[in-house]
Amino acid sequence: MKIAVCIKQVPDTSATLKVKPDGSGVDTEGLEFVISPYDEYGLEEALKTKEKMDAGEVVVLGLGPERVTKALRSGLAMGADRAIHLADAAYEGSDALATARALAAALKKAGPFDLIWAGKEAVDDGMSTVGAAIAEFLGIPHVSEVKKAELAADHSSVTCWSEVEGGTAVVEVKLPAVLTAQKGLNEPRYASLKGIMMAKKKELVRFTPADLGLGAEQVGKSGSRTEVLKVEPPPKKQTVTKLIKDLEPEAAAKELLRLLRDEAKVI
Amino acid sequence: MGTEFWVVAEHRGGQLRRPTLEALGAARQVAQAAGGKTAAVVLGKNAGNLAAELGKHGAARVLWVDNDNLDVYSSGGYTHALAELARAQKPDAIVFAASAQTRDLAPRLAARLDTGLLPDCIEMNWDASDGRILAKRFVNSGKALATVKARGTPALLTTRPKAFAIASDTGGTADVVRCDISIDASHCFGKVKQYEQPAAAKVELTEADIIVSGGRGLKGPAEFAILDELAAVLGAAVGASRAAVDAGWREHAAQVGQTGKVVTPKLYIACGISGAIQHLVGMTNSKVIVAINKDADAPLMKLADYAVVADLFLFVPALTAELKRSQK
Ligand SMILES: Cc1cc2nc3c(=O)[nH]c(=O)nc-3n(C[C@H](O)[C@H](O)[C@H](O)COP(=O)(O)OP(=O)(O)OC[C@H]3O[C@@H](n4cnc5c(N)ncnc54)[C@H](O)[C@@H]3O)c2cc1C
Ligand SMILES: Nc1ncnc2c1ncn2[C@@H]1O[C@H](COP(=O)(O)O)[C@@H](O)[C@H]1O
Repeated sequence: MKIAVCIKQVPDTSATLKVKPDGSGVDTEGLEFVISPYDEYGLEEALKTKEKMDAGEVVVLGLGPERVTKALRSGLAMGADRAIHLADAAYEGSDALATARALAAALKKAGPFDLIWAGKEAVDDGMSTVGAAIAEFLGIPHVSEVKKAELAADHSSVTCWSEVEGGTAVVEVKLPAVLTAQKGLNEPRYASLKGIMMAKKKELVRFTPADLGLGAEQVGKSGSRTEVLKVEPPPKKQTVTKLIKDLEPEAAAKELLRLLRDEAKVI
Repeated sequence: MGTEFWVVAEHRGGQLRRPTLEALGAARQVAQAAGGKTAAVVLGKNAGNLAAELGKHGAARVLWVDNDNLDVYSSGGYTHALAELARAQKPDAIVFAASAQTRDLAPRLAARLDTGLLPDCIEMNWDASDGRILAKRFVNSGKALATVKARGTPALLTTRPKAFAIASDTGGTADVVRCDISIDASHCFGKVKQYEQPAAAKVELTEADIIVSGGRGLKGPAEFAILDELAAVLGAAVGASRAAVDAGWREHAAQVGQTGKVVTPKLYIACGISGAIQHLVGMTNSKVIVAINKDADAPLMKLADYAVVADLFLFVPALTAELKRSQK
């Protein structure tokens, strides 16, 4: 079984971000970058499947600038077999659809794959779009926000459990398919020292749009269908914290209720 | 002009889901600014009875696709139906309420129609200068706010729950237009086989007006009972920090934060949660925040409107008792 995992490199989740004064985006100067958390769940699941079958291949792929190599190497260190990097100036400015189009083309070229994992969303732009869009471009089914997946014994289909409002939806799709990973799927492993050493020797290929048969109008800004006009800091709530302390529990409870009723008027 | 803004109605068990009315509110306000009309799309089987409610809340037309193959949601079938409908009728925009179902559907539809999708918007305005919707959405888990536009027609947008007011009841009625689309089983890949529902119906976290949330300070799964009791009195949903979820005290569906849910209730009551940045991004836009912590210096205590320095095991039961007493 051949499994691909889409990996996006994003700013470290614990980082405080600054936006550029000209409003053009987040200031990435000096930021640490990591694999987007949901992609790690996808990768872990892919590695587990391969280990269970004791056969097959796990390929990680990512689109983005030079620094993305590091995220792909981390994926290789966790246990992926090889990596594909879509690195070229022409990809710059790609939105979710342009990204999905390029990733789908790379998956076609390096595939066919039986199973493709993506994160349910990338925690930087939070578009929750790329996984399903890849499936559409490849003409195969997808299942979103998967928290549990079970392959059929003959590997022809996969049954997925996804959380929906007020319950869980169970969906079965034929392979090949794209699944997007939700938290709860597994606990991603850490790369071992040996894994990190081995990662350096594993194959990492690069594809330009031309390699994928994509024209200039299909990638980057011209291949995009959304545009970001301005990025600004989030509105800051001006809070003057009222402290309730040094009171007996009952008195404190009374005081909080009074404030919630009469001042905040929320209950 | 023929400008029309669509809202795709989400329904389950014959009931319209509330966030659909918020999406309708958002679409209607844009339609008014644009001098256009609002229409609702109902996909399903025997779901035409929803038209009355949609009309009351401002849909001038209800496009109703009644088909056996749409009885149960499938990403393939719903994408097919909406794509065909949009190609035939050419709306300006299609608005959905953000939900598990529309996060599954809208991206696939965007790819099929080769058009822009703007998910989880918190603001929408009509830009008369180019006749497109100008929207705002959070990026980087709420650490920044982006102003965005979609290229391509129809523009696809989803509304973040609770960001838009429900369209008020105008007492109007919608023209119900039955639309025939041929859909066969081969279109309907990704069909939901089954919905598993928890034994007790729970208030959905992202749609709740009040959330009581617990963290590592709760010490264990059994101790969450005091939050369940408080929540029951308040009609609230119960949330949790990642520490509480990872310890197995609560299911992942309850997690608030960067790798959980983003919530914006009227009132968020955090009990024994320190306020790590990954938690804060999930709840910082709540209208009123209460933090209960032994440690007055915990980051969440500084962000809270009301910070209660107390042992939660003493304070929370006292609060529940006081509420019960005053409600009698
Ligand atoms: C990639 C990534 C994603 C993450 N995503 C999330 C996410 O989505 N959501 C999330 O919540 N976290 C997330 N985290 C984890 C986050 O960094 C924190 O570890 C977590 O939020 C801490 O949970 P907590 O506040 O419950 O625990 P702690 O930080 O341990 O805080 C417990 C608090 O309880 C108080 N306390 C203890 N006993 C009592 C008592 N008897 N009475 C009153 N107060 C008491 C303590 O003073 C303390 O402030 C993420 C981390 C990473 C790296
Ligand atoms: N530039 C990228 N390179 C590789 N994978 C990506 C990229 N952008 C998005 N993805 C994948 O698609 C998922 C959803 O991203 P998004 O639609 O941007 O929220 C991510 O979690 C990744 O798995």
